[in-house]
Amino acid sequence: MTSSLSLTVNDRPRTVSIEPHHTLLEVLRADLGLTGTKECCLVGECGACTVLVDGRSVDSCLVLAVEANGSEVVTVEGLALAGALNSLQQAFLDHGAAQCGFCIPGQLMAARALLETSPRPSRAEVEDGLAGNLCRCAGYEQIIEAVLDAAERDAAPTAARSPDRGAAAEADPAATPDANLAPQ
Amino acid sequence: MTGRAGADPSGGRGHEPDIGGSPNRVGGIGRVTGRQQYVADIPLDDALHVKLVTVDAPRARIGFIDKAAALRVPGVHLVMTPDDLPRPMPRFGPQFRDRPVLAVGETKFHGDPVAAVAAETLDAAEEGARQVHVAWEPLPAVTTLDGSLAAGAPLVQDPELRPDDPFAGTNVLREHRYGWGDIEAAAADVHVVVEGTYEFPMVTQFAIEPHAYVAAPDGGGIAVWSATQHPNWLQRVLATILGLPLARVRVLSPDPGGAFGGKQHAKYEPLLAFMALRAGRPVRLVLTLEETFQAVRRGAARVHVRSGFRDDGRLAFREIDADYLIGAYADIADRTVAKGSYTSAGPYAIPAVRIRARSVLSHTVPSTAFRGFGNPQQIWAVESNMDEASRVLGIYPVELRLRNLANRGETFIPGDTPADGIWTEAVERAARRIGWGSPAPAGHGRGIAVGLKSGPTTGLSHATVRLLADGSVVVYSGTSDMGQGARTIFAQIAAHELGAPLDWVTVVMGDTAVVPYDQQTSASRSSVIMGNAVLAACRDVQAKVRAMAASLEDVPAEAIVVEAGRVRLPGRELPIRDVLARGLGRLGGEVTGLGEGRKEADPEHPLGGTAAFYEFNCTAVEVSVDEATGDITVHRYVTVSDVGRALNAAQVRGQDEGAAIMGLGHTLMERLLLDADGRIRNLGAIDYKIPTTLDLPASIESEVVENGDGPGPYGAKGMSEGALLPVAPAIAAAVRDATGVVIRDLPLSPERVWRALRERDAEAVR
Repeated sequence: MTSSLSLTVNDRPRTVSIEPHHTLLEVLRADLGLTGTKECCLVGECGACTVLVDGRSVDSCLVLAVEANGSEVVTVEGLALAGALNSLQQAFLDHGAAQCGFCIPGQLMAARALLETSPRPSRAEVEDGLAGNLCRCAGYEQIIEAVLDAAERDAAPTAARSPDRGAAAEADPAATPDANLAPQ
Repeated sequence: MTGRAGADPSGGRGHEPDIGGSPNRVGGIGRVTGRQQYVADIPLDDALHVKLVTVDAPRARIGFIDKAAALRVPGVHLVMTPDDLPRPMPRFGPQFRDRPVLAVGETKFHGDPVAAVAAETLDAAEEGARQVHVAWEPLPAVTTLDGSLAAGAPLVQDPELRPDDPFAGTNVLREHRYGWGDIEAAAADVHVVVEGTYEFPMVTQFAIEPHAYVAAPDGGGIAVWSATQHPNWLQRVLATILGLPLARVRVLSPDPGGAFGGKQHAKYEPLLAFMALRAGRPVRLVLTLEETFQAVRRGAARVHVRSGFRDDGRLAFREIDADYLIGAYADIADRTVAKGSYTSAGPYAIPAVRIRARSVLSHTVPSTAFRGFGNPQQIWAVESNMDEASRVLGIYPVELRLRNLANRGETFIPGDTPADGIWTEAVERAARRIGWGSPAPAGHGRGIAVGLKSGPTTGLSHATVRLLADGSVVVYSGTSDMGQGARTIFAQIAAHELGAPLDWVTVVMGDTAVVPYDQQTSASRSSVIMGNAVLAACRDVQAKVRAMAASLEDVPAEAIVVEAGRVRLPGRELPIRDVLARGLGRLGGEVTGLGEGRKEADPEHPLGGTAAFYEFNCTAVEVSVDEATGDITVHRYVTVSDVGRALNAAQVRGQDEGAAIMGLGHTLMERLLLDADGRIRNLGAIDYKIPTTLDLPASIESEVVENGDGPGPYGAKGMSEGALLPVAPAIAAAVRDATGVVIRDLPLSPERVWRALRERDAEAVR
């Protein structure tokens, strides 16, 4: 007993025949072959399966695929534009935020959702925005720095978007306790 | 950032601008685009999905397993039970061959599978697993140290598995005794003796990638995909258990999505291999996170420490008695006990030491390697003992460490590698960073602790390096890049040595049919041992380029130096690439180099070999404690690791801070809880909490000591575990400094701290 699901994934209209009890995560990975979205806890605690549904970040393991019928879904595969990394991806790369990398798709999608609602977040807002995304490598500092940096890159005039690599990493937190805070 | 090394005869850092920099991670683009394929992402046509069948008890007698209903579930292809496996049941394990492919007759821990179902879809496999009817009855189980050690306790392991072992009739798997000097003589002449008993609970690795396995018939052999840290070890296990030559067992090991020790040794790969051969089709098993909790954990421990100090604060003797609660099958747990005990007196020069440690079997999830490898448990005890001693002696904790630390070159464990770093430098820098000696803000307390771990005691790594005709490079290495960044390190070495830009280097890993032998990825060894192999392979290429240059230029080879990508001839210098283009000649081709990295064994040594290097870390923290709730806030966190040489600054920082934050997990919040029957109560992410972005210290500062005194390339040491070692004792010391309470159990959860605060208040009233 299957049902038909139509949705837009990464700007591409898709129609697939699915089992009605399958989650959006299962459909993305198994039926659409988009394995960038990761499976870990399946109870909405780890954030590895985070995707955007109509602009909102959701744990795709908790969404029945049929609920996403007619929705616009963005997965990690949809972040890069025409093969070029977007600012978040580039910042994650430049700050060494991806270690084993398994949580990174979810971190990126949560960060994307955060920056869409709050383009210049404070450090505390980034911590809140990513609180549902576990990283056992615990590269949290680099992830937070990357998100703050991406926000800065997005806000900067295009000409000035050359990445200022490692500035945050090299800052001396003892000398400048607020070094990690984004300029307001 | 990449390897255009200038010729700096000083040999200083300017000579190697790529080494020590922070080039972007090799493999990073796949990680930020979702294109990196982990085992569960590998598409394999015609694969069957596997679901394990377990019973809900820590120990059970297994009767008839009725497959009939399961086989009627549409899509179910195969139900594998012990009857479908060879008899006697094949067993495996890195230390003892005690783990059955499927539990036979009796399950020994909560989650020990008795059967497995393979079906066309995961839904069908899950339904099939529910329809496998297992006749079982619970048996008495032992799930605590006291339970396992009690007289008349049920035996976890069949005594016939180790017939000549005097402990075989008990639940003690092994007892280890180490030591030197005369404790009694030393004890006669001490100022104070400080002692206490400390507990370290069961915790779990919780890699975000749950363990996943694929097996497929491969010609007359088998191909197995596993996110394993030890592909060659797994190849050997599978070959042995299947009766195949090594060459017919192909292990493909995509980069693990985090491992932390939990993915070292075979778990369900043998089962999957038997199922694939029986089904004649690929089979795949992706564990749920809950099943991962039932596959790996860290050993719990109870540690008694007794230390004697002279009035000047110098240690006169130390006695340690440690019991580790390991699981139902030995896995590598006993080795973690041995290694965690051997150095547990600490990085101090102590005239007399006596250590006894036991591995105690129980009906619990098999404990195995977990970052720190048996050391964090005893370091928690020993460094807390140092903190308690500092108060008794009236000597500041920093000063007490400085007075006792072994000096570089000093033998501090007779028969082992002498101290290989200036450890006082790490302590002094951590103390300075945290502001030791200046008053802490009101209500805040500070704590400091050190951690020492022996690196690998043996090692063997081979590497192949191909310098292609255009000067680009392919490196072949059997290391697993599980996030520590080994791929990047090897690329940096090759880029530097052969004069290629970093993005002209490809590092091939993860396929035993392609890459040469590597013993294993563990003990923070890879930058050192595989790094040396890659370096040696590059030097082999350089030697061949030198011969080319000698022939082309008609200069004696002895007058030519090839290093850092350059060919230095008398009076001039050329890039390797220029010599290569001419030297390869009209047929082109390439230059291949082979390299080996070794750490020799020492059969006389209690661990089978001396330490290749030591990981040393000093951690200093500043905390406050909410007196009403017991909640600890970490305001400042300073970690200083002696890394010899940081080959990649960003990755060193990532590993150092990652280890620190992981350590905050077992220090503040993590613990596996068992119910009265011995089943895990907090199975999964809802009830087992690990640190998130909301649990970070308000500031974390990571520093490295770099004196180039390691045995790896350019003076590097391994460093990925050091910062985890002293987290708990440093935090507990700061809590004591802030509140006056001494806590000897982990985690320092709000409830535990709150209770300690109430006890303190009650005592004050008395």
